[in-house]
Amino acid sequence: MSAAERKTMLLTTPFHSRVEQYCELNDWGAWQGYTTPNSYFDVELEYFAIRSTAGVLDLSPMNKYRISGPDAEAFLNRLVTRDVSKIGVNRVGYAVWCNDAGELMDDGTIFHLAENDYRLCSYMRADEWLEWNALGFNVTINNESDDIAALAIQGPVSCTILTLIGCEGLNELKPFGIARFDFEGVEMMVSRTGFTGDLGYEVWIDPSKAETLWDQLFDKGRDYLIKPIGSNALHMARIEAGFLQADVDFVPAEIAVRPGRTRTPLEMGLDWQVDFNKPLFNGRVALLKQKEEGLRYRFVLLDVEGNKPAEHSFILKNGKQIGIVTSAAWCPTAKSNLAFAQVEMPHGAVGDEFVAEIYYQRELQWTRLMAPCKVIDGPLFNPPRKRQTPAPAH
Amino acid sequence: MNKYDAIVVGAGHNGLTNAAYLAKAGLKVAVLERNPHIGGATVSRELYEGWHYSNCSYVSSLLRPEITRDLELPRHGLQVVPFGGGATFMQNGDHFGSYSDSGRKYREISRHSKRDANAYARYQADTSRQTRLIRPFLLKTPPDPTSLKPRDLKDLVDFAKPFINMGEEGLLDTIKFWTTSVGDYLNEYFETDVIKAQHAGSGIIGTALGVYSPGTAYVLLHHYMGDVDGNVGAWGFARGGMGAIANALSKSLQSFGGEIICDANVDRIIVKGGRAKGVALKNGDEYHADIVVSNLDPKRTLLDITDERDLPKDVVQKAKNFKIRGSSGKLNIALDGLPTFDGLDPKNPLMAGDLHFSDSLERMERAYDDWKAGTWSKDPYLDMMIPSLTDPTMAPPGKHMMSVFVQYAPPKVEGREWTDEDKDGFEKSVIDQISKYSPNFRDLILHCETRTPREIEAEVGLTEGNIFQGELTFDQLLFNRPFPGYAQYRMPIKGMYMCSSGTHPGGGVMAAPGANAAREILYDLKRPNTVPGSYADD
Amino acid sequence: MTKYDAIVIGAGHNGLIASSYLAKAGKKVLVIDARSQAGGCASTKAFAKAFHVSDCAQWVHQLDDKIVKELSLEMHGLRLGRAKRTIALQSNGDHLIIDGDSLSGAGISGSDKKAYKEFSSQMRAFAKLMLKLYRTRAPKLVEADRGDKLTLLSLGLGLKMMGRKNMQDMMRLVLINIYDVMNEHFEHDGLKAAVALDAITGTNMGPRSPNTVFTYIHRMVGEALGNRGVSQVMGGMGSLGGALLSSAKTQGVEVRLGEAVAHIVKTDDRVTGVELSSGEVLEAAVVVSSADPTTTYRDLLGYRNIEAGQARRVEQYRTRSGTGKLHLALSGPPSFTGVSDEDHSQRLIIAPSMDAMETGLNPIKYRELTSQHVFDISIPSIEDPTLAPAGQHVLTALVHYVPYDLKTGWDSNESAREQLLDSLLAQLEGYAPGIRDLIVASEVLVPEDFEASHGVTGGNWHHGELSIDQALMMRPFPGSTQYTGSVEGLYLCGAGSHPGGSLMGLAGKNAAEEILKQGVLS
Repeated sequence: MSAAERKTMLLTTPFHSRVEQYCELNDWGAWQGYTTPNSYFDVELEYFAIRSTAGVLDLSPMNKYRISGPDAEAFLNRLVTRDVSKIGVNRVGYAVWCNDAGELMDDGTIFHLAENDYRLCSYMRADEWLEWNALGFNVTINNESDDIAALAIQGPVSCTILTLIGCEGLNELKPFGIARFDFEGVEMMVSRTGFTGDLGYEVWIDPSKAETLWDQLFDKGRDYLIKPIGSNALHMARIEAGFLQADVDFVPAEIAVRPGRTRTPLEMGLDWQVDFNKPLFNGRVALLKQKEEGLRYRFVLLDVEGNKPAEHSFILKNGKQIGIVTSAAWCPTAKSNLAFAQVEMPHGAVGDEFVAEIYYQRELQWTRLMAPCKVIDGPLFNPPRKRQTPAPAH
Repeated sequence: MNKYDAIVVGAGHNGLTNAAYLAKAGLKVAVLERNPHIGGATVSRELYEGWHYSNCSYVSSLLRPEITRDLELPRHGLQVVPFGGGATFMQNGDHFGSYSDSGRKYREISRHSKRDANAYARYQADTSRQTRLIRPFLLKTPPDPTSLKPRDLKDLVDFAKPFINMGEEGLLDTIKFWTTSVGDYLNEYFETDVIKAQHAGSGIIGTALGVYSPGTAYVLLHHYMGDVDGNVGAWGFARGGMGAIANALSKSLQSFGGEIICDANVDRIIVKGGRAKGVALKNGDEYHADIVVSNLDPKRTLLDITDERDLPKDVVQKAKNFKIRGSSGKLNIALDGLPTFDGLDPKNPLMAGDLHFSDSLERMERAYDDWKAGTWSKDPYLDMMIPSLTDPTMAPPGKHMMSVFVQYAPPKVEGREWTDEDKDGFEKSVIDQISKYSPNFRDLILHCETRTPREIEAEVGLTEGNIFQGELTFDQLLFNRPFPGYAQYRMPIKGMYMCSSGTHPGGGVMAAPGANAAREILYDLKRPNTVPGSYADD
Repeated sequence: MTKYDAIVIGAGHNGLIASSYLAKAGKKVLVIDARSQAGGCASTKAFAKAFHVSDCAQWVHQLDDKIVKELSLEMHGLRLGRAKRTIALQSNGDHLIIDGDSLSGAGISGSDKKAYKEFSSQMRAFAKLMLKLYRTRAPKLVEADRGDKLTLLSLGLGLKMMGRKNMQDMMRLVLINIYDVMNEHFEHDGLKAAVALDAITGTNMGPRSPNTVFTYIHRMVGEALGNRGVSQVMGGMGSLGGALLSSAKTQGVEVRLGEAVAHIVKTDDRVTGVELSSGEVLEAAVVVSSADPTTTYRDLLGYRNIEAGQARRVEQYRTRSGTGKLHLALSGPPSFTGVSDEDHSQRLIIAPSMDAMETGLNPIKYRELTSQHVFDISIPSIEDPTLAPAGQHVLTALVHYVPYDLKTGWDSNESAREQLLDSLLAQLEGYAPGIRDLIVASEVLVPEDFEASHGVTGGNWHHGELSIDQALMMRPFPGSTQYTGSVEGLYLCGAGSHPGGSLMGLAGKNAAEEILKQGVLS
């Protein structure tokens, strides 16, 4: 087989040799063209590692774009809906972006590495959109997805373990802060960020040091019960924490085929992300118009009665369908049954009560369950350690 | 004797489909075929012992699943097997692989350009949006915008609805799409030559237009709107060759009591008192029926087998002006073994797909320039397949059958008829091109059937060898196909109909024109409709 | 500081017409143009001492009569020459003469004569219908307001009124190519080519290219606008610019020539004025750009000031051109074989056959020079001796096809221009033996030169290819239709907006009417 043909096969991340070793269930999924574990040894236990010790997720397949040059900040400010100038150097900000019609394309994080030097991490690929956006800006965009290996270390003992491998003083790092350490002679960047709603960090390093990093983490972390986690465990954690995901909770605008399937940030509960004080950003005119004319949908968090996850359920009001569930899970720590849903306006104010039409199967038999549910104003899992600085020991 | 309720002229796939639906509705139907075999251009022939050639049409995607299922074609022996992807070989020794697996396709595009790999998602969404618009209309009779009949007005409103639903910008983009060239369309997404070339092929196959000719973006869509088992845009092989489709249709027709009469060369349609009354054969035999359906192309139907005096003058003029241009040729090759191609592992699944050698739009457009100048392309665009890698019935074990569709070949060479020397020259340009990329190809050739537009016209009766029975340009699509005022399958003579690819929705082995015409005939006869509607698109 | 109601960028014919109509409605208007001469593509220059040519557009055939009257252009000095016949030069010297609807010469057959009359009359009927659409903004289709619905209704009725046969023909013809239509109607190759020339002028398409019947009808709208065929402007095209300028000034329009707009100023959400290259900032309630859309958005407003999807639209807007120009200063009257002395003042075209045109087109698709050109020739000094010294003459010709971005480059390769000039003269010599010996001075202009001299992107006079996917309600592109820019306070009034190019003036007039109707100027 030629090298060219091999490059078209499912790729492996820089951590693969280690990931493979730990992946006892041999349960693999494809993520952005890379093979990554759905689960390593037990989804339930992996999830609890995030909440009570530390879970390690290989996030190398994440799309990473380096954006630099004199216009880097101006470029990002036109791209995303929030005000990027408010993200200081060595800080990270969550951001979402739209097309001209104000339809949501993706969300991601912006790392402010230095003056006019940023990294944008996105869930969807954005090479082409970023290139169109660069027209008229003095900015260089480089897809560095394959040049950086990344791990998320999430959970109450994450700070302790990272300190043990050389991240001295990491506990002083504030949420959304960036710190740099030397690791085996190369720079290791650590950001206090994550997708679990818990105390946690993401570590960014040259791929050549990936295996060493993994080995040291698991070596020093063993006594602190560090565990690798797969995407299934992460899914539970992100729902519990109230994080939405592109292509799951909304259809990215430029790849939506059916009319009317796209959503604006206002309709996805992301109005806090939209800064109309900025004179220009993609979708501004359309969003202002929508704000004036009213929304079509509202994105809500639902607390669903019972313990059956409301995945793919219809949401009913007085017997009429008014919405659909986009993500749902039983959340083991919060001991609640959470669902994200898109509902038609004017429904969806906090406190509104609906019925979720849930179907679940036990021993071949499908049961239809009409579970009452209620709109809540935020995630039920929101521990102080997520915000505390210095980060608590464990 | 020789008295039927309906006579269908031509046992191509549309004629057979049309007859099957009429027979299913209880009509006594006969299909008359000039050749000793049925199928028209949907045919498999053993022209070299042990090898079966799909010697005209060679792949299947467009065949409407509603019809396949409704006429029970699988029960009558039809199996369509999808193939995986395809490739374009490049002059620099590399290739571009169009894998059908989306992840693999992404990685292959990004091997050439990351930006293009990302743009592909947008390209696919935008193209799918257009596909979704057109698919529901394939099994519908186009409304006549000049008519004030309630049925037409209602159909027009139904037709307009999905367009309106796209919103202002979406609608404008749709109009742009329908009127632009495939080259300009692809330029809006991709920067890499080979990626544009790979995708542009579908915009010119069977068409006397170049990649920069406006209107070719629609032709691309025409090749994308089919599916294999709901996989929109996928293509497959009929097991046993394309003749398997005709065979299954004929069995279905016979199961409803319909008859097929081969070696019946129709001379003219008998018209009495302004009504079609049957047909007369060249040998003098007559077959009588009050319904005569022609599966011949519009020119042959109206200018050959209909007496001009039976037609309004403007219809004769419209038939003369109907654009039906030979632009393609075909090589069917029996191979002693599997040819290898530089830079592609023979075990790679792409080998079983469609293979091409044009790695830039410029080369494709230059191939068209040759056609305009009245000669075959010296550096032709090839759509080459080795169906025996998917279907073991096509060639003996270890041997292979290769089908090479060639764009462009003119209907006449510099204004005169094709000669055998021309044919040899045409064949040589194709074999030379393949040999450039495949060192062992030439030595593996056991037999080669070369078909220029001359041969296609002579055998299958497609005017000028045009595979679509008429150009797929907007002036000949929808309510304009074959021409305005006659797009609802009825011809100006009472009792006479047309059901060929020259009617909506056009060419390709789709069977929709045949089915749609049957629905209109049954409507006129006030009989219950037997023709299925489209599956709802989700 | 003075604040204007409207600042119009560009004193081309559309810019001046838009200004005049705004001023007529009592608005305070300023027009700015980087060139020192008003008129834009309607301009005259002395390319050699005392030899004057219309250095961009050379014919008037579409100028709206209504505009001429409403702006009293004749009072302001506009004088059009006599309506010209078209003489399609044939290689054997027996030329085809097209005079309105009647044909003569070149052994033209009776059936062609009859067919031509029928064809012209049907095209005129289509053009008349099209005019309904040209005299107003192109309607939106989904978000149609009352005005748009009225336009659509009037079009629909017009279509119905033409009768079913015409309606059916129109449905078929509008997207077809001129090549097939010519072959359907006529026998004579020279006639087919002569008509086809009108369909491809100013485009980079060949007769075989679909949608060229649409471009032909576009040209025929000129007939519906009240003109009879082509004519020259006495004193050169610049006189049209001059008349428009004088009329505008009379309406109270303030004009600043020779001053370039560096960029359009955007403050917060809206456009508030312009900044000149001198640094001077001028304020206005609205800025109306008659520059082409690419120049307006990319260069003047700047991509960073619009949303990215719009920037993408601008980038994808096609502006390729295939038209160049030849200027000759001649020491005496040229002599075309088989053309009477008097007929040298007519419009002379060289287009041997549609296939020859198509062959001529091929190389430019690959950014190469072609050796087979199509000529649209004027010797204006015969009717208007002021253009050249006594007894001497100027010849100007529109030449197809000349590539915009020659592979080898126009500038890096001086010999490409020489090669082109040489090839053009050799071809002319075939029809006018001895013409080379009369040449006092010569100039060949390629699309790149028009871009440099007249600021039209791609050297495209239509401010963007007039193919159907960039025409009518799509013009210039979705998101910037109906003369509105992507940003509040910015309007388009140039040929890049509906109904497009040629010296028609409707884009400017429609834009002014749209601005006034919107009531953005109190």
